[in-house]
Amino acid sequence: MDTGIGAAVARKEDFRFLTGQGNYTDDIARPGQAHAVFVRSDVAHANLNSVDCEAARAMPGVVAVFTGDDLEGVGGVPCGFAPDGGPMNEPPRPVLAQGKVRFVGDMVAMVVAETAQQARDAAEAVVVDYDELPAVVSMEAALAEGAPAIHDLEDNSCFSWGIGDAEATGAAFAKADHVTTLELVNNRKCPNAIEPRAAIGEYDTARDSYTLYTTSQNPHVIRLLMGAFVLGIPEHKLRVVSPDVGGGFGSKIPHYPEEVAVTWAGKQVGRPVKWTAERSESFLSDTHGRDHVTRVELACTSEGGFLGLRVHTRANMGAYLSTFAPLIPTYLYGTLLAGLYTTPAIRCEVDGVFTNTAPVDAERGAGRPEATYLIERVVEMAARELGIDPVEIRRRNFVSPDAFPYQTPVIVQYDSGNYEPIVDRAAELADYAGFAQRREEAASRGRLRGIGFAGYVEACGMAPSNVAGIIGARAGLFEAAQVRVHPTGSVSVYTGSHSHGQGHETTFAQIVADRLGIPFENVDVVHGDTDQIPFGMGTYGSRSLAVGGSAIAKALDKIVAKGRKIAAHALEAGEADIDFESGEFRVRGTDKSVGFGDVALSAYVPHNYPLEELEPGLDEGAFYDPANFTFPAGCHICEVEVDPETGTTRIVNWNAVDDFGRVINPMIVEGQVHGGIAHGVGQALLEDCAYDEESGQLLSGSLTDYCIPRADDLPSFVIETTETLCPHNPLGVKGCGEAGAIAAPAALINAITDAIGVAHVDMPATPEKVWAALQSAQGE
Amino acid sequence: MYEFNYRRASSVFDAVASSAKCDDASYLAGGMTLIPVLKFRLAGPSDVIDLADIGELRGIRTDDGAVTVGAMTTHAAVAASAEVRQAIPALADLAESIGDPQVRNRGTIGGSIANADPAADYPAAVLGLGATVHTNSRTIAGDDFFTGMFETALEPGELVTAVSFPVPERAAYMKFPNPASRYAIVGVMVSRGGSGVRVAVTGAGGSAFRVPEMEQALASNFAPEAVADISVPADGLNEDLHASAEYRAHLVTVMAKRAVAAAG
Amino acid sequence: MTLTVNMTLNGESVSAQVEGRTLLVQLIRDHFRLTGTHVGCDTSQCGACVVDMNGRSVKSCTVLAAQADGAQVNTIESLAENGELHPMQQAFKDNHGLQCGFCTPGMVMSALDLVANNPDPSEAEIRDWLEGNLCRCTGYHNIVKAIAAGAQAMRS
Repeated sequence: MDTGIGAAVARKEDFRFLTGQGNYTDDIARPGQAHAVFVRSDVAHANLNSVDCEAARAMPGVVAVFTGDDLEGVGGVPCGFAPDGGPMNEPPRPVLAQGKVRFVGDMVAMVVAETAQQARDAAEAVVVDYDELPAVVSMEAALAEGAPAIHDLEDNSCFSWGIGDAEATGAAFAKADHVTTLELVNNRKCPNAIEPRAAIGEYDTARDSYTLYTTSQNPHVIRLLMGAFVLGIPEHKLRVVSPDVGGGFGSKIPHYPEEVAVTWAGKQVGRPVKWTAERSESFLSDTHGRDHVTRVELACTSEGGFLGLRVHTRANMGAYLSTFAPLIPTYLYGTLLAGLYTTPAIRCEVDGVFTNTAPVDAERGAGRPEATYLIERVVEMAARELGIDPVEIRRRNFVSPDAFPYQTPVIVQYDSGNYEPIVDRAAELADYAGFAQRREEAASRGRLRGIGFAGYVEACGMAPSNVAGIIGARAGLFEAAQVRVHPTGSVSVYTGSHSHGQGHETTFAQIVADRLGIPFENVDVVHGDTDQIPFGMGTYGSRSLAVGGSAIAKALDKIVAKGRKIAAHALEAGEADIDFESGEFRVRGTDKSVGFGDVALSAYVPHNYPLEELEPGLDEGAFYDPANFTFPAGCHICEVEVDPETGTTRIVNWNAVDDFGRVINPMIVEGQVHGGIAHGVGQALLEDCAYDEESGQLLSGSLTDYCIPRADDLPSFVIETTETLCPHNPLGVKGCGEAGAIAAPAALINAITDAIGVAHVDMPATPEKVWAALQSAQGE
Repeated sequence: MYEFNYRRASSVFDAVASSAKCDDASYLAGGMTLIPVLKFRLAGPSDVIDLADIGELRGIRTDDGAVTVGAMTTHAAVAASAEVRQAIPALADLAESIGDPQVRNRGTIGGSIANADPAADYPAAVLGLGATVHTNSRTIAGDDFFTGMFETALEPGELVTAVSFPVPERAAYMKFPNPASRYAIVGVMVSRGGSGVRVAVTGAGGSAFRVPEMEQALASNFAPEAVADISVPADGLNEDLHASAEYRAHLVTVMAKRAVAAAG
Repeated sequence: MTLTVNMTLNGESVSAQVEGRTLLVQLIRDHFRLTGTHVGCDTSQCGACVVDMNGRSVKSCTVLAAQADGAQVNTIESLAENGELHPMQQAFKDNHGLQCGFCTPGMVMSALDLVANNPDPSEAEIRDWLEGNLCRCTGYHNIVKAIAAGAQAMRS
């Protein structure tokens, strides 16, 4: 069976997951562990008069109760990004509230008890006296004159940021034949990984060292942030372990106060302290995603040529700045506003705003779905207003294949791409030509059928570290790998990427098996433990293969280079005359060869070995810092039928063609696209993280109110890929994890508005909203 | 959850007697509502009396033109019952539309109606089919059973033992589910039979209710168009994240129309 | 008040002392340390905790441990034999019906209940049945394929 690059290999990790032997954080029971429950604010905004823990301390099984006062001296949870390095209002975020609570779910106290039930019982006995303040939930309310200040700041503004040439954009609008304008909401989502967050903190007195087990997409980042900025623990005294992680979708990137609390408390109480979120707690305390209010204008010629794009967005940060919050609506958003098109002038301005809501951070796609949504919505609207076919208007404005590398007006330079074949193939798969007939047939059944397109280009593979530094990241964005060849030729790969469902153990093993010509079974991938992995920046932004995989590829090059030296010695040939192919080092033009396994053995049993020139062993590490982002692109076409009486939308077809560069495992790639589409469909149709405007209570605080897609909400998908290789990474790969979530919302809303013949419906396009839109259209 | 005493009752008599002896007992039927309520600490009964061992509360029988469903009969059993499917297919359809398969495997008709969730499905059947509720001490006309949101005519300690549904000539249930919880945003049961036409709505109001104007219209013309222009006032209907009162009122008409069409 | 629960868990007679309020899933995970059954929500929606109880799939987060006294309970750990995956597990692997793996045990246990009652389910029937199981990774496409394939493998 082919297990190399390009093969649809079944996953290594599946056996343990399928037999119930996965090891998720909540599955871990440390000897002597106590259990923590957090007392969370049930009001959105208040001064804390007092937190009385006396009764709670007297409850059965209670080990300790802590409040913000106990954590004085412990640093707040830091933010890892300031656009352009600032200016940015960056108020402190204490681990447990100090003097004030700022959103429903803010942590007020921590109860540690023998059992989780006892901790929960005692948490109820903590008496919090709140002096309630008016809450601001919407950005409009937060920025209004006289709005209550959430922090000790002049107002609730976090930052104001802009990208692109305002003057050139103004000039483009001045000469436009037509301007399409759209105001839209990019609805707040709750990522809802099915595994709730959990953390166990423990302190080893004998070694004076700490261990944190946590549900993280990036354990080294947590170690760095918590160790250096919060608890003041040096890296060699802090181990962070992220075992199997049950989905993340961005919500397990940030460093959370609960991680600090259990680590700190583990030392205080002298035993491991474990916390596992309940789902209703996840809704309150996991970072949310999106939450933009945007006005977009597109200036066009009468033939549908794009001249300029002007965007103003308000982005909700929530009550505190989560780790990467300010990055998402700035550099992961504004830089993608060219989309697939040659729009010559673009200006985007973004205001970050504090509100009395849960902190907002990355959610699958993070910035890029928001950018794609507005571009593809406004392009579709322009096509309709100008009477141009939606495929045709896109085609007229594509960056042409010979224009790469293409410099956009919003900083980024697209490295590669070929958009027309993507759209052509997608339209063919979707039988666009036969749509009119299908629409007619649906009408005969009383259904309104619509078709919606969304093209997208996204930036994956974050990022060149020097660029990251210039734009305001407080970290590098390389990745690290170690390839350890064992004496008998089997291989352990240590990667700083951290799978939370992506199948790294399989994809990375395919790369290694392919490069070294060894059996796939002989390769294991190790990740998620800062004591085992050299370093790691983790998994997010579809970067694992493009950056983490490239680091592995670099380390493999070093392995092969050293192997070549060993082989040259063994074969008594010049190093330059040795070829390596299919696991054999061969003297070019001869039948003299030595297998990879023999070379490995000789590296560890160096009897016949050039010891004077070469160290024994075959174990190579690499850090890879990408030269540029990667730029996957694609086209998704969605077809819906709307029931005009109820406004219910049913998705009847979904066809997509994506260019992810080289595909290592097509089965895994398709799965990533399916999952991404489901997130996008959820956002467009079902998911709405809603707060009550007055009270600041979360209205969609459980899965009985917050609707994530179920199997019967979705169709089967038709997915294909095209391939233009990434020119600047060794694997030619681009990234696929977020594509579906980026393309789907625009495709769906374009389809729904096409079906019901209205200009726009905000997400989520619930049956009631669609019905109301139809009602008002009929009233006109 | 708060701690409670767990007891298993061996008979209806035992359950009721045991309940009378406790400070604040809750009967546990399928537990599909009670257990989540306990988990969220929204209730703290001193005792939970499990009815699972009471064989007399289980089962379905058809006689005298009525289908009688024992209180501890699961939704899955009702949905799968050939007897129900033959006599009142609308009731089997309704049972099949409740929750999800695992909820249907545990949840019971008695638990559902005693809980009287305004968005539960069974209340539409109790009113819409003109059912009679049997308890350990009496029978209660379905029309009198639901008295408000999460409120019924049951006295403290009174236990539902069975529900009898007269077999209608025709009936159908149409449900517009809440996308997240899969409870009814609006569910309408329409029937025509010995006791005339009934139109009962769940999900829309504080508790299930009938729509006399629709019933009268259908009595003279049992056809979808007879109800197409009849709407219930939005005033006082439920409002939430998923549906406004106006939209619910609109859905009542649409679901009623479709139920009439399905009932044929 | 503590009470004794006796049950047959994955074919073995077991016994435990529990509180009245102890949930079946807590008994399975915390007491018997069978951690393949997961808890993903607190409102009986997600289905990560689905186990087989007396031949029916149930959400073990919404069953009291005490209610399982005398019951036969089977969890995901009961399926593979001698390192050989059950045909339904194998179908999930072959069809990439899992990503992060967290919902997977519940999906498989739920799928087996479906197939027990409907040996040849259609795509629509599978999607309908999965109303009680949430997956956030796969978009369900491959889960649906896997269950159809698993059902077929179990028929033959």
